[in-house]
Amino acid sequence: MNQIKNLTKGFFKENPVFVLFLGLCPTLGVTTTAINGIGMGLATTFVLLMSNLVISLMKNFIPDKVRIPSFIVIIASFVTIVELILQAYLPSLFEALGLFIPLIVVNCLVLGRAEAFASKNDLFTSIIDGFGMGLGFTFALALLGAVRELLGSGSIFGFKFINGDGILIFILSPGAFLALGYLIVMINKINRKGA
Amino acid sequence: MEYIIIIISAIFVNNIVLNKFLGICPFIGVSGRVETSLGMSGAVLFVMTIATLVTYLIQHYILDTLRIGFMQTITFILVIASLVQLVEIILKKVSPSLYQALGIFLPLITTNCTVLGVAIMSVQQDLNLMESIVFAIANSIGFGLALVTFAGIREHLELAEVPKALKGVPIAFIVAGLLAMAFLGFTGIV
Repeated sequence: MNQIKNLTKGFFKENPVFVLFLGLCPTLGVTTTAINGIGMGLATTFVLLMSNLVISLMKNFIPDKVRIPSFIVIIASFVTIVELILQAYLPSLFEALGLFIPLIVVNCLVLGRAEAFASKNDLFTSIIDGFGMGLGFTFALALLGAVRELLGSGSIFGFKFINGDGILIFILSPGAFLALGYLIVMINKINRKGA
Repeated sequence: MEYIIIIISAIFVNNIVLNKFLGICPFIGVSGRVETSLGMSGAVLFVMTIATLVTYLIQHYILDTLRIGFMQTITFILVIASLVQLVEIILKKVSPSLYQALGIFLPLITTNCTVLGVAIMSVQQDLNLMESIVFAIANSIGFGLALVTFAGIREHLELAEVPKALKGVPIAFIVAGLLAMAFLGFTGIV
């Protein structure tokens, strides 16, 4: 029961984007389409899962004083792995995400979970936490990507269902801020009803 | 001439916060007051310029020479993290007054994606040493401009009557959206 709660908290109650406001740069930067959002979300989920796993295993060997640099090195290694895999197997996604792949290193969500959760909890719980938080992040990015794609180019997951262009501003930068602002309001409303 | 294009492009047209979405966390987090955002911008200007200089040298004389370009992410973040520590220690000794002003912002900069982002971007765009430094300074000025403008608006926003559901972060995002729209007007001037 506890583990299920641990897994699902990332979606609404402690959603990293809508409630905790972590990892906002990639959230706004890559969500011009739903597919890009999901790709970024899954890449981050992988890094989060693996770094939580390794940090949880190594938490007793890492001296307290150098823990942050050690966490960053662990995270950076997994980011490099993701970077190389995407470049080799999904070059189009790699192109679309661009600069934001190396920037997973400085995504406060990953370091935040390492510091706040994986360095204090056992292996299994940390893995579940990383996975749940990653999926919550993916959910947020997919939602924002879908809204922006729908309004901005009148399509969803690449399937077009209007003729011509949508409201162009939602594909451009201001639309990212506006859409996220209103989505946060809606998620807050849902969360308050649930409580 | 080229430098002027780099400066105007980085500050207005491709503003690092409002157009490239880097450094959103400090943009939303520390932009409550004009004073703190000025301090943050100063610290970013300082660290970003040094970090871009050092990472440029590392990229061209170590990574490229040894053909280990794939180590870029790990090397750069480690260099930036230790650089921030170093700057903090030096500043504390050399200029205590500047340390007083920037002190609390320095540790936060390690996870500020603008620093790593600008370092990687100047490598990707194949800028030379002088251009990289100008690019870093211009980008940090752009960061400061966005942050201070936004802080000014938010100070006034505290007095405004905002619907309850929009209070706090949501209205901040909507204001940021409008600010980004204003910056969109600069598109095409270079």
